[in-house]
Amino acid sequence: MAYDCTDLTAFEGVMVFCEQRGGKLMSTDFELISEGRKLADERSVELTGVLLGDGVEGLVPELGGYGADRIIVCNDPRLANYTTDAYADVITDVIHTEKPEIFLVGASNIGRDLAPRLAARLHTGLTADCTHLDIDMNKYLDFLRTGSTLKVDDMKWKMEDINLKMTRPAFGGHLLATIICPRFRPCMSTVRPGVMKKAPFDEARAAACKTTLFDVKLDDARLKTKVLEVVKEARNIVDLLGAEVIVSVGQGIANDPQKGIAMAQELADVLGGVVGASRAVVDAGWITADHQVGQTGKTVRPKIYIALGISGAIQHKAGMQDSELIIAVNKNALAPIFEVADYGITGDLWKVVPMMIDAAKAAKGV
Amino acid sequence: MNIFVCVKQVPDTTGKVAVKEDGTLDRASMATITNPDDLNAVEAALTLRDQIADSKVIIVVMGPPAAASMIHELLAMGADEAVLISGREFGGSDTFATSQIIAAGIKTYGLGEGDIVFCGRQAIDGDTAQVGPQIAEKLGIPQITYAAGITYDGGKLTVKRMLEDGYMTVETQTPCLITCIKELNKPRYMSIKGILEFDTKPYYVYDYEKLKDDPLIEADTIGLKGSPTNIFKSFTPPQKGVGQMLEGSGKETVDKLFNILLEKHVI
Repeated sequence: MAYDCTDLTAFEGVMVFCEQRGGKLMSTDFELISEGRKLADERSVELTGVLLGDGVEGLVPELGGYGADRIIVCNDPRLANYTTDAYADVITDVIHTEKPEIFLVGASNIGRDLAPRLAARLHTGLTADCTHLDIDMNKYLDFLRTGSTLKVDDMKWKMEDINLKMTRPAFGGHLLATIICPRFRPCMSTVRPGVMKKAPFDEARAAACKTTLFDVKLDDARLKTKVLEVVKEARNIVDLLGAEVIVSVGQGIANDPQKGIAMAQELADVLGGVVGASRAVVDAGWITADHQVGQTGKTVRPKIYIALGISGAIQHKAGMQDSELIIAVNKNALAPIFEVADYGITGDLWKVVPMMIDAAKAAKGV
Repeated sequence: MNIFVCVKQVPDTTGKVAVKEDGTLDRASMATITNPDDLNAVEAALTLRDQIADSKVIIVVMGPPAAASMIHELLAMGADEAVLISGREFGGSDTFATSQIIAAGIKTYGLGEGDIVFCGRQAIDGDTAQVGPQIAEKLGIPQITYAAGITYDGGKLTVKRMLEDGYMTVETQTPCLITCIKELNKPRYMSIKGILEFDTKPYYVYDYEKLKDDPLIEADTIGLKGSPTNIFKSFTPPQKGVGQMLEGSGKETVDKLFNILLEKHVI
């Protein structure tokens, strides 16, 4: 039957794009498979993953363990490294064949390159950087009861709605918007890394996960880009998403950025954490962009988030307000960062931070 | 050779964000700026233009007539021509519909072999990063996103494309579309000469009538009606409970803080 993106009934199942780099799966894959499992269960449908690479079928059980029923494996030397051209062509073929109702992509630099290209080609909607997904209206309303200021129970709702409800922050988390794609399929969404919770690994599911080897058809004439090299730069990469403690610096370090960052690093080292930064600090070139927390940077939820000299623009708050415990030091008692802080100290960071380092050392017994 | 740059005028979200009662953004009450990443795209285009004989930079903006002031600034930076795509039929477009319209605008101007389209990585009002790749798809040309370095050699571009854990070096044929990040360059300022000359430069306004014959422009592919995504609900998140401001900023205060952390077993 011909592919028709408006024939809603022809589409079934939840599909996740599983991204590998250098033959290794990304942690976002496990988050998305775990989230996809919940959605597939709500719809009582199959959860599939689509995995592209060159000889990558060995990764299937790893994905199965987090909840995938079946992985569609696309092997070809031209798929070893990501290119928009090759990946978009092959995944378009997969979607034309499988017709999933929902297609999820991790919002990595690669996912955010691929997903819009696919959505434009498939003539369907795409919602970027989602932080929450629901199908069932009861679950969605439960989410709104705690996650919004809406008087949910005083409002009228279409309880039979079965669209994927894709919620994302807008304007720095000041607003949240739930987006639907009611007239076209698949419903597509990119999902923020680090937001969805990974399910426990299930050995039985890993063993039961099926593999479909997809017949890859690539036309060299359509491949206009070529990857010349892939370079890993581990030294610059800060694992903000995996960190339990983040010590972030803001414009308050402007008088001596180097010293400010060094102090933050020392405090982070004592507490076993890493250094983050506000947009202003990154824009000023004092630290590399991989340290940036916030709407355009990373969304983090460490156990402890220490904000030093950060006023707390909404973009920044959006990226850190879900941290378990927030400590803010700012000389301005009215700084918005104190609105989200659990503990605040109004003071000069150049004086307070050295004392914090000493106190942290004492507390840690070092 | 045409070097297009797609630019968006955005509300300045670093200032106060005004929200209407229905939960949508009150754009009218907010100051507007040129989207920051788009300035890097403009700079990339101007740099390339300065290297290549017989090339020109065309600014392409979709927006209300008031975007003219921003376009004047970009012309004063050194861009050669501008196209403002504006019409009420285009209002309410999501990224899909927006890319249909901008792609139609670029085609109407004329996209030739060897031409290049630059975009910023993403706009600060929506942060989707979708319109660039979607324009590339609608134009049927390759894309490279997250460009942090660009080398031009005849009909080919070599681009340093950033990843979270490093980068790729990618070679692409032209025509192509590149999205730029702030690491790529430092945007130049307007020049005195540019400010004096901007109003002598070609400035085109494309409305619905001008674009309607392009196959990309249909009633069901543009504007609110042509947008695959709809807002189901928009809302504000609850405010976090008020935290505790510690008194003072001396050693006793810092020690008190760390005692609390120890008692709570968070460190």
